[in-house]
Amino acid sequence: MELPVISNNAPAAEGGGCSSSGCGTAPDGLAHLPDHIRAKVQDHPCYSEQAHHYFARMHVAVAPACNIQCNYCNRKYDCSNESRPGVVSELLTPDQAIKKVLAVAAEIPQMTVLGIAGPGDPLANPGRTFDTFRQLSEKAPDIKLCVSTNGLSLPEHVDEIAKHNIDHVTITINCVDPEVGAKIYPWIYWQNKRIFGIEGAKILIEQQQKGLQMLTERGILVKVNSVLIPGVNDQHLKEVSKIVKEKGAFLHNVMPLIAEAEHGTYYGIMGQPEPSQEMLQELQDACAGDMAMMRHCRQCRADAVGLLGEDRGDEFTMDKIDVMDIDYEAAMVRRKQVHDEIIDKLEAERGVAKPKPTDIPEGSRPVLMAVAGKNGLVAEHFGHAREFLIYEASPEGVRFISHRKTELYCGGMDACGDGDLVEAGGTESLLDRNIRILAGCEVVLCSKVGYEPWAKLEAAGIAPNGEHAMEPIEEAVMAVYKEIAATGKLLPQADTLKVA
Amino acid sequence: MALQITESCVNCWACVDVCPNDAIYEDKPHFLIEPDKCTECLGDHADPQCAAICPIEMAIVNELGEFLNPPGSLTGIPIEKLKELGLWRDAA
Repeated sequence: MELPVISNNAPAAEGGGCSSSGCGTAPDGLAHLPDHIRAKVQDHPCYSEQAHHYFARMHVAVAPACNIQCNYCNRKYDCSNESRPGVVSELLTPDQAIKKVLAVAAEIPQMTVLGIAGPGDPLANPGRTFDTFRQLSEKAPDIKLCVSTNGLSLPEHVDEIAKHNIDHVTITINCVDPEVGAKIYPWIYWQNKRIFGIEGAKILIEQQQKGLQMLTERGILVKVNSVLIPGVNDQHLKEVSKIVKEKGAFLHNVMPLIAEAEHGTYYGIMGQPEPSQEMLQELQDACAGDMAMMRHCRQCRADAVGLLGEDRGDEFTMDKIDVMDIDYEAAMVRRKQVHDEIIDKLEAERGVAKPKPTDIPEGSRPVLMAVAGKNGLVAEHFGHAREFLIYEASPEGVRFISHRKTELYCGGMDACGDGDLVEAGGTESLLDRNIRILAGCEVVLCSKVGYEPWAKLEAAGIAPNGEHAMEPIEEAVMAVYKEIAATGKLLPQADTLKVA
Repeated sequence: MALQITESCVNCWACVDVCPNDAIYEDKPHFLIEPDKCTECLGDHADPQCAAICPIEMAIVNELGEFLNPPGSLTGIPIEKLKELGLWRDAA
């Protein structure tokens, strides 16, 4: 490890728990941020838990080329059934991308953000990436621009990024130690050569850190994404977190490794385990400090369209866009109206500090609940939910913890073409799998639940609850928490009570 | 002498951007190299650039049909595993 560490203070692992502003009255975990940063992120669907219910984003897939190989990635990316970074259905030229963004922004006036995230590395495609940004800032100056990168060619493009008024950059940094890096990145393409192993990882790490520093020096917001890979970088991520925050990253987002055999990635084929929910949460708590942000991250495809957690990409294929009749001027006016209304609504919500719940006995323990939700409401059938939102209820109030995906990422071998990579069957049913991912939750809230899952949920110690269909999620979670509290089950048993 | 692109190509554009001779063009079902323009980068670079950046094994071959990136060379997946999965070939 040769990276300079600016301060030698103890690791900045700010205690998890509820001691800080990320919990309770702060509506969105953003309260601790300096004003100039909060102003930039509070209306951004990817950064603000509150905003992601209202504002939409899209990615355009104009950047196919990549300059490194990651062991969790397979460059055979044109699969329509998978939802994960690096996967797209349709590659676009910059001109097509602009047409698509303008069409989407007209049809979905909640659109605020355009990101370029691949399917390769946007900065390994500088011509296509910056052409798209340049055209869009001329034609739809109200849309915010974001880019994500592996960082290898970041330093040489920082000035160009600043010129295009891109105020958010995401760098994926999985390690700060080349020996760890060699287990994640088999090679990089650097100065006209392919460089393997530790030597390649060392260059990549140096470029990432240099780029991070150059961006923050120019006042550009940097978020760092890390893929949590058990046994490879799990404990190391705490050091990564400390270093990137010292260098000025405003947010460190830890995401779980996706490694299904049928994706054909190195990790998938070699049987590298994905992290458990518990491990993910532990690392997210350790790395996020008091920033309760990004727990709603959905690891979107590089051509995702719409609100987070939904993908309306199918409505906007190029052939459909070609026959749309769009008044761009009117669309921009309409967008402004819709944005203003949402911002007013968000501000009103922010202005109201959530009252601490009453009639919960002091000392009641917190309870995790899973919610089959949609647009902020308890609105999905148990069996139809593609993801569960995990909330924690405590005497301090209700807070969002994370989401857990339910379905297999890939719909079938036809779309992937790798029939022989698909592992035979497996003995676990989808229902059992979905119940297993709810581990740790005591209640699942949904609009309806069938008889079979009901029985299995109860057997697993998770109480199914369909009493709060179509109610706002946080109110429903609190109502259920109060019901449980009223039974006295949340208080410590007298015989185990310890006197401090 | 010229290199060729095989049907393993995934059309990721990486080679197009780094070819010093503009010898690579988009085609269906995959990109192709114009043999008259390709110099295998002699005189420009130590390694042929398309093969140095290509992420896909077996996608670039020389005139003898030999893979510049043979199976296992880029991903590190052991050859035994590739054979087991039916993903191994020793020449185009």
